[in-house]
Amino acid sequence: MATRTTDSDFSFDPTEGGREEEGGGGAVEGLGPWRLAARRLRRNRVALAALALFVLMVALSLAAPLYATQIAKRSPSQTGVTDRITVDGKQVDVVSPDGSPIGPGLRSEYPLGADALGRDVMVRMLYGGRNSLFVGFMSAVLTTVLAVSLGLAAGYFRGAVDRVISSVFDILWAFPALLFAIALGTALALGGLNLGFTRLEGDSIWIPIFIIGVVYVPYLGRPVRGQVLSLREKEFVEAAVAQGMGPGRIMFGEILPNIASTLLVFGTLIVANNILLETALSFLGAGIQPPAPSWGNLIGDGADRIVTAPHLSLVPGAAIVLTVLSLNLFGDGLRDALDPRAKVRLR
Amino acid sequence: MLRFTVRRLLNMVLVMIALSVLTFVIFNVIPGGDPALRIAGRNANEVVREQVREDYGFNDPIYVQYAVMMQKTINGELISYSNQLNVREEIVRGIPVTLSLVAGAAVIWVFFGVLFGVLSAVYAGRLPDRLLNIVALVGISMPVFWVGLMLLYYLTFRVEAFPPGGYTGLTENPLDWAYHLILPWFALSILFIGFYSRLLRSNVLDVSNEDYIRTARSKGVSERRVLTRHTLRNALIPIVTLFGLDLGQVIGGGAILTESVFGLEGVGKYTADSIGSLDLPPILGVVLYGGFLIVLMNAIVDILYAYLDPRIRLNA
Repeated sequence: MATRTTDSDFSFDPTEGGREEEGGGGAVEGLGPWRLAARRLRRNRVALAALALFVLMVALSLAAPLYATQIAKRSPSQTGVTDRITVDGKQVDVVSPDGSPIGPGLRSEYPLGADALGRDVMVRMLYGGRNSLFVGFMSAVLTTVLAVSLGLAAGYFRGAVDRVISSVFDILWAFPALLFAIALGTALALGGLNLGFTRLEGDSIWIPIFIIGVVYVPYLGRPVRGQVLSLREKEFVEAAVAQGMGPGRIMFGEILPNIASTLLVFGTLIVANNILLETALSFLGAGIQPPAPSWGNLIGDGADRIVTAPHLSLVPGAAIVLTVLSLNLFGDGLRDALDPRAKVRLR
Repeated sequence: MLRFTVRRLLNMVLVMIALSVLTFVIFNVIPGGDPALRIAGRNANEVVREQVREDYGFNDPIYVQYAVMMQKTINGELISYSNQLNVREEIVRGIPVTLSLVAGAAVIWVFFGVLFGVLSAVYAGRLPDRLLNIVALVGISMPVFWVGLMLLYYLTFRVEAFPPGGYTGLTENPLDWAYHLILPWFALSILFIGFYSRLLRSNVLDVSNEDYIRTARSKGVSERRVLTRHTLRNALIPIVTLFGLDLGQVIGGGAILTESVFGLEGVGKYTADSIGSLDLPPILGVVLYGGFLIVLMNAIVDILYAYLDPRIRLNA
């Protein structure tokens, strides 16, 4: 489960954007590459539907407190083992005496059923989505920032800087990523992390963000380095040097905008990958720590009761699939729109 | 060629050393709890704990501790802190199970990955391609452990078609072996089927634009022969590379989720258990074992590539 590419597979040169458009090329001459991409994206109905689905999942997750306080009137950690609710005019146990919780049904209370402690699955699912999406998004930001800084420096300065950074990528690449993330997650969850200026407690949501953000850095850093290596030989960099720009301004002001489209596509797919990794970590107890819910640890809780209460695993899993699938579909559409000839190999 | 191979292998050794140092340092620096506390037990007093620290060498400078641990690792004398079992023996014990799981899954994922990829490319842009693309995307969007749980629920509890977990040795009863492993095989391979079919599709489309494909067509070679003899032969090269790397990952403990869900006592399950008890020696052992397989597969793939394509040798 990783975003894998071979270096410089993804080529998108904004300078030649206006010239290639399928069909009547003459009519659109003068449109910028971003405008052209937006136009192509608007025509891709699958990608738009995927985006809508993703926005819906995010909106539902963001609305979790609203649902919990206004509709369900239950907090995500509120238990209700002895509660009874009315279904079709009959009083029903939320958790039956033999310990099996109520399943999903068309009703206002517990629409997605309860867990073994009588907690509302719908409420926990929405809060879990908040946590899973937050970790997925923030760790993707961290991955991107690290990968871009390292890739830019390696590709721009070359020489010794490149050798050091490339070795770091090689070593990270050789780590059994999943094993390492799980081991690190478990260790940090027990002891917390001392960053010098601040201390992260073991159950802090920033620990999985930090771990997941670092693990996939080479997957993005390597292609960025490859692109920068070729871009720095272009005339516009030479012109910038001639104007007396420093390395910082050239890297971030001149080269970075040229790899922005790559980052956009990769960013989408990295968010998807990171959500999957977060769920795997939390499933094994090495990610988001209970009682805070996440889609992964909800499935983990449900795994023990898969026979009596399959909805506990089924529901959060379906949410993961919908979210990750929508991101992957949208990423595909984005790539096609930004560069119709792209031969990017993503995985 | 020899020089390239030697340099590649040397690089491999360096990465392995870096891997071991990093793992060791990280798990020593992290305040994950004093190992002496866990070994001595919760009720031990300070004198006993100090004795444990002394016995296990936790009072030595960290570089001495590292050297001792690596010495033990190389000699196969690494012992778990929590259950005193030999780490190498435990890993070796899990290998047959992991290999059984990976071998079957690999056959399935290569077969369906190639089949779907070729079909997608042949029907590029048309309905079969679009449907297969969705199927592949759904495949890579599902968490492995969730697929496993759903298979377990629907195919072992709802419909009692398969046994709920467990493992029988291949030599004991081959039929039972396969019967127990069918669900884990499919759970593990779904993700890879998605990746491989998407990669192969784009490779086939790339290659089919090459001049030599046009040449083959203009010579009058049949479409079928162009596809099998000219296009696929070249399009499959990156797949072979990827297959080598993935195999390294999965045998190296990457099947941890599948093994945990189906209760298979392989290397991945051993890893999960050791991680649960934060047992440094097994964690180090498994990370090194997994890292070794990944690095080894990387090196083999690189050397094979250099052998197949002399340009790489000259550039490196």
